[in-house]
Amino acid sequence: MLTLETVTYRYAGAPRPSLFDVSVALRDGEVVGLAGPSEAGKTTLCLVASGLAPRTVGGTMSGRLLLDGEDVSARPMHELVGRIGIAFASPATQLTGVAGTVYEEVAFGPMNLGLPRSEVLERTGEALAALRIGHLAARDPVRLSGGQQQLVAIAGLLALRPAHLVLDEPTAQLDPAGSRMVAGALTDLAASGAGILVAEQKTDLLAAVCHRVLVVHEGRLVIDGPAVEVLHDPRMHELGVAPPSAARLARAAADRRLPRAVRERLAAAIAADAGRAGEAAGTGGRA
Amino acid sequence: MTSLAFEAVTFEYPSGIRALDGVDLAIEPGERVAIIGQNGSGKTTLVRHLNGLLRPSAGRVDIGGEDAAGLTVAALSRRVGLVFQDPDRQIFAGSVRSEVEFGPRNLGLRGSHLRAVADRALDVVGLAAERGTNPYDLGASRRKLLALASVLAMETPVLVLDEPTTGQDLRGVAIVRHVIEQASANGRTVIAISHDMDFVASAFARIVVMRQGQVVLDGAPASVFGSASWDALRSTYVEPPLAARIGAHLDLGSTPTDDALLSALASAGAEGLEPRTPEPRTPQTPQ
Repeated sequence: MLTLETVTYRYAGAPRPSLFDVSVALRDGEVVGLAGPSEAGKTTLCLVASGLAPRTVGGTMSGRLLLDGEDVSARPMHELVGRIGIAFASPATQLTGVAGTVYEEVAFGPMNLGLPRSEVLERTGEALAALRIGHLAARDPVRLSGGQQQLVAIAGLLALRPAHLVLDEPTAQLDPAGSRMVAGALTDLAASGAGILVAEQKTDLLAAVCHRVLVVHEGRLVIDGPAVEVLHDPRMHELGVAPPSAARLARAAADRRLPRAVRERLAAAIAADAGRAGEAAGTGGRA
Repeated sequence: MTSLAFEAVTFEYPSGIRALDGVDLAIEPGERVAIIGQNGSGKTTLVRHLNGLLRPSAGRVDIGGEDAAGLTVAALSRRVGLVFQDPDRQIFAGSVRSEVEFGPRNLGLRGSHLRAVADRALDVVGLAAERGTNPYDLGASRRKLLALASVLAMETPVLVLDEPTTGQDLRGVAIVRHVIEQASANGRTVIAISHDMDFVASAFARIVVMRQGQVVLDGAPASVFGSASWDALRSTYVEPPLAARIGAHLDLGSTPTDDALLSALASAGAEGLEPRTPEPRTPQTPQ
């Protein structure tokens, strides 16, 4: 369990805090979405929850970050590696730059944990398979497309098998199938007991994987509830967050005053589509 | 007016990876074209040929009737403005104003004319109040809009945007949409790479679909997202927008946008909405 207790955080030199009095509990096995308009504090919350701010980023924080009840502020970052992982929106920031192949890149984390060779190989193979990028293993990470790099960066994190994972727009550069694979990998990781926090503008992705969704606005946590309720909350639109496609369509149908029978037929078709997507997520993926 | 043409263009990276494989594509002045396809299908490699960042291994790129091979990057940059996916690869100046002025200054603009084009570009993306701000004090989504403004300010006849909507909230997406409409209304050619299918279907008149370095579909949204194209889309891990999937499910023909679907629903009425039997194959499980 990862807990933020009444956290207020201000970047060095900033006139005011970027987070005000935020409390969040991320339970084991839970996927929690983080939504909000641009510059509401999503990335800052990710940095604080991962322990990077203020430890590495600087700035000042009041309140506490707890891992399984322990205040970890005094622990050095390397001791937190297996306990919290973070994925940044831009894979260029994340890749080591020292690995000559995708395989070495993904193995880099577990190698540095001092694990036995056999386990490094097992974890690397498993992470590559989870995101179906085994065919890229011999490629130079620098020569991959942005989306492929994003999958490699996330595979590198999966190989660390963190107990808590924080992801800031992990699918920004991914094609729809790539996004779905990341969604599948996150669902599997959560099922193995990890707590996952994922910030995204793509609310379709949040609708697919999250149990709960938090919404931040101007540095404050303004909504916290079950994913289905929050993503259909009319306040989301007012806050400037794009609703999931299904909610957007239903709302547009209501705005157009389509007859009730037509709207019901539309709602049934949307539900049927979600059902097919669910089946596809279970079996889908790339060769 | 600048027409663009790829004639049997092939591009191989030094490692032997063939990123473009015999691409033929002609784009007329003033067209609005979206390029979609799976990660690593060659989209970014393709557009980098338009401003000389990459040169073909074989074939010819024609820019406004001239072979790009004979044009310097400086000459090409007057004709084609390219906004990168990651703004941090593009931004380097100490203030928003000097960032936006850099391009037009290098094209020879000075004084009030330079100031006017920079102001106009900043206005369009909603950053007029941030002229004196350091770009790195802006959040990621506004840095992305700044990168867009700095290319807009060059007033090139061709505008190329790589993933312009990622990380943008509703307001940001609306700004990008407005920029594209305005540029198009002024007769400029707009080409965008995107994984955002709702955006692609509603903001572009023509969609080019890539797979493994080749163009596999090329047409209007209603044709590319119509159910007859779904097998080809599935082969490159693209799925049509929800509105297109629902329209096919309800046998309403091709309805690539929410508007098209709602209009078709309104004219069909409740009695005209029986799902087609057998149900169409959905493109959600790439093989």
